[in-house]
Amino acid sequence: MIATEAKVTPPVRARRPSAWERRRLAIAHSTPLLLAFVILFGLTGLYVVLFYRQLHSFPGVFEWTSVVNTAVPTVLVAIGQSIVVVTRGIDLSVGGVIDVSNSLAATQMHPGLGSMLAWSLLILLLGACCGAVNGALVAYARLQPILVTLATLAILQGVAIRILPEPGGAIPTSYSSALASSSGPWSILFVLGVALLWLALRRTSIGVRIFAIGNDEYAARAHGIPVRQVKVITYSLAGLLAAGSGLFLAASTTAGDAAAGDVYILTSIAAVVLGGVSFFGGRGSALGSIAGAFILTVLTNVLYFAGIDPLYQSFFQGLFLFIAVLLGSLLGRLVRVRS
Amino acid sequence: MTNGTPAIEAVDVSRSFGGVRALTSATLTASYGEVHALVGENGAGKSTLIKILGGVVKPDSGIIRIDGADVTLSGPSAARRHGVETVFQELTLFPWMTVAENLLVGSEPRGPTGLIQRRRLATNAEQVLDRFGVERIDPRALAGSLPLAQRQILEITCAFMREPRILFLDEPTSALAAHEVAWLFGLVRRLRDDGACIIFTSHRWGEVSSLADRITILRNGAHVATRPSFDEHEAVTLMTGRTIDRLYPNKPPQPVDADVVFEAEGLSDDVLQDVSLELRRGEIVGIGGLAGQGQRELFLSLFGARRLANGRVLVRGERRNLRSPADAIRHGLAIALIPEDRKTEGLMLPMSVRDNLTLPVLDRVSSGGVIRRGREQLLVGGAIDRLQIKTRDPALQQVATLSGGNQQKVLIGRWLLTEPDVLLLFDITRGVDIGTKHDIYELVVRLAAEGKALLYYSSETEEIAQLCHRVLVMREGRVVAELADAEADAESIVAASLREAAPA
Repeated sequence: MIATEAKVTPPVRARRPSAWERRRLAIAHSTPLLLAFVILFGLTGLYVVLFYRQLHSFPGVFEWTSVVNTAVPTVLVAIGQSIVVVTRGIDLSVGGVIDVSNSLAATQMHPGLGSMLAWSLLILLLGACCGAVNGALVAYARLQPILVTLATLAILQGVAIRILPEPGGAIPTSYSSALASSSGPWSILFVLGVALLWLALRRTSIGVRIFAIGNDEYAARAHGIPVRQVKVITYSLAGLLAAGSGLFLAASTTAGDAAAGDVYILTSIAAVVLGGVSFFGGRGSALGSIAGAFILTVLTNVLYFAGIDPLYQSFFQGLFLFIAVLLGSLLGRLVRVRS
Repeated sequence: MTNGTPAIEAVDVSRSFGGVRALTSATLTASYGEVHALVGENGAGKSTLIKILGGVVKPDSGIIRIDGADVTLSGPSAARRHGVETVFQELTLFPWMTVAENLLVGSEPRGPTGLIQRRRLATNAEQVLDRFGVERIDPRALAGSLPLAQRQILEITCAFMREPRILFLDEPTSALAAHEVAWLFGLVRRLRDDGACIIFTSHRWGEVSSLADRITILRNGAHVATRPSFDEHEAVTLMTGRTIDRLYPNKPPQPVDADVVFEAEGLSDDVLQDVSLELRRGEIVGIGGLAGQGQRELFLSLFGARRLANGRVLVRGERRNLRSPADAIRHGLAIALIPEDRKTEGLMLPMSVRDNLTLPVLDRVSSGGVIRRGREQLLVGGAIDRLQIKTRDPALQQVATLSGGNQQKVLIGRWLLTEPDVLLLFDITRGVDIGTKHDIYELVVRLAAEGKALLYYSSETEEIAQLCHRVLVMREGRVVAELADAEADAESIVAASLREAAPA
């Protein structure tokens, strides 16, 4: 002790890493994200090959339009789910929000710009409010996210059935073609839009706070971050995006269904898992979840063209999910060992 | 020391956690231009008091004054508005965010679009780090990827960066090496000379007496004394409420011709390089060296918790393949390992003291899969007496509500119940107060006298020198020196750890 105290050395002796080491670390850090896109491209290639083998032509505008239009609702809801998962929460009620917004759109919307615009905004606002209620219950009443959103899910499902007891209703055709045009995969613009919004969110203080809470809620509080407000905002964003998803779904199916959203509870979670967003919070990118949403959509097509009995579809989907997650964890371990 | 209005005062502050009284009526007065040490045993209430004054915990009763005015601190940000910064004992870093984001959270540089500018974030952080003399931390690295000492340095830098008028440091040195402590003390003195008020806690008396202008002693959640200085013996008496004549007990004579119960030969892997050692019955063998030279890996390997590339382990002369901790336990080994950050690895915090103690011996206390409470009680009672664990009701009290020192005793006590021949003790006194340390030393010596073989590592070299019969000094995964009892004083251990530090 005496020998070392005589000369005061700077506290940290290691040197800062070189640009190359830094790049390597950055790649290691985003392995899950990269893996999601690799899987997506691989699966898309497989789809093209299978399609060609069956029909002796390549997928055209119609096929790609259908893929994109099917994927967009999952993309929207998955981004919302990602934001919640980053704060170490989960939102099951997104399914209920889709149910309600879908039913409302199918019953209330009339042709005419005013009606379409007003109802769209109203429905989005409603979704955000549902999310805010979830957030308030989680943040202020300190209830577990899974319990809160399970309850609100059931309530919203009930409300949706009241609004639209049987599948049907109608969506103005102009609304359908504006949002989910069948003439080309223009709705990819929505995906690009939300992707850009996500990147912007990452660079706002609310974005930083969302990640900080997911990293360590206690530390976030100690840093003076208004944890409860941020949580309310988080769930509101998830609700807003789920309502957007319900609207798009209504536009692309041109009708309403009070149970349309239920499937999105699990697909949104699956997309988040595939996208590599950590369920331990504080880590991950919604860009991965976007890839995840597309993976799930392309996978259905691959299974179809591989000639798999639709009855077994969910079996293979599960198997695929399992393998993808396993792969991600193995790869993650490999990268960690090396770095 | 300046006269006039105190910077911060706590008057008769009390606080309970679920029936456990952490503070009964704590009083603290600190002024601008002074460094004030807050000392006491684990569980004396130091951390609770600091959390209350830092706005993280609300007091049940009592008055807090800043600059002479009564204040209510609704949260950490309220405390910050009064110029109060705190470095808590539990680090408050975001592990998956970069160093720069951690430093500048809440004050990120923005561009004309209102969005955060990543590049400026990194350069600003670099400037901050440079200003505090920690040039070598990479602002783009993830905070969680830094070694513990660097994380602690980062946390300290965060607090100093905000130029606080009142700064709390709760055990800031527990993870730091000597030169890093010197760095911190330099910063503290500079801040004091600028007129700020710094309040810190430490279990190392040398640090307290060299840095503090005034010292306040707490015991059992209440104020005992405040004075410019105490002599160490007096301070220990006031902290513990009992007189400890000698901190280190006499060790039993070195067993020269006792059986060798444990041998390791040529242990090697990516960290360890050809490490061999043997332990005799009744022998305490120290593992010395600077921190992080493979000691931790050695202990984990000997306990079967790490896979070795090479080497063999002999227990009572027979070769054993320790593939898992379960193997090690079966062959009579036990380990108590306190990790660097003391997050008491291996304790089930929400479970009771009793359940934690009997976890490895459930088979022995149950018949036909049913736990016999009588048998269990006998064992638990014995362990609690032997280790002097302070608990109200072992069957009901959660380990989480025990003080740090008592938690560490539970960790050791659990392994005593397995009646091991060989005990691997890794830094078991890290962060515990002097009274508990004394208890643990006595226990270590008693265990050796009973014929157990002990391998002992500590981050405090003096401890190794005082307790061990022999000391093996490690550097870069190798044993570089073996010191016999007579030559193993703290200085020669440090000298041996540094001797070959320069590349040949």
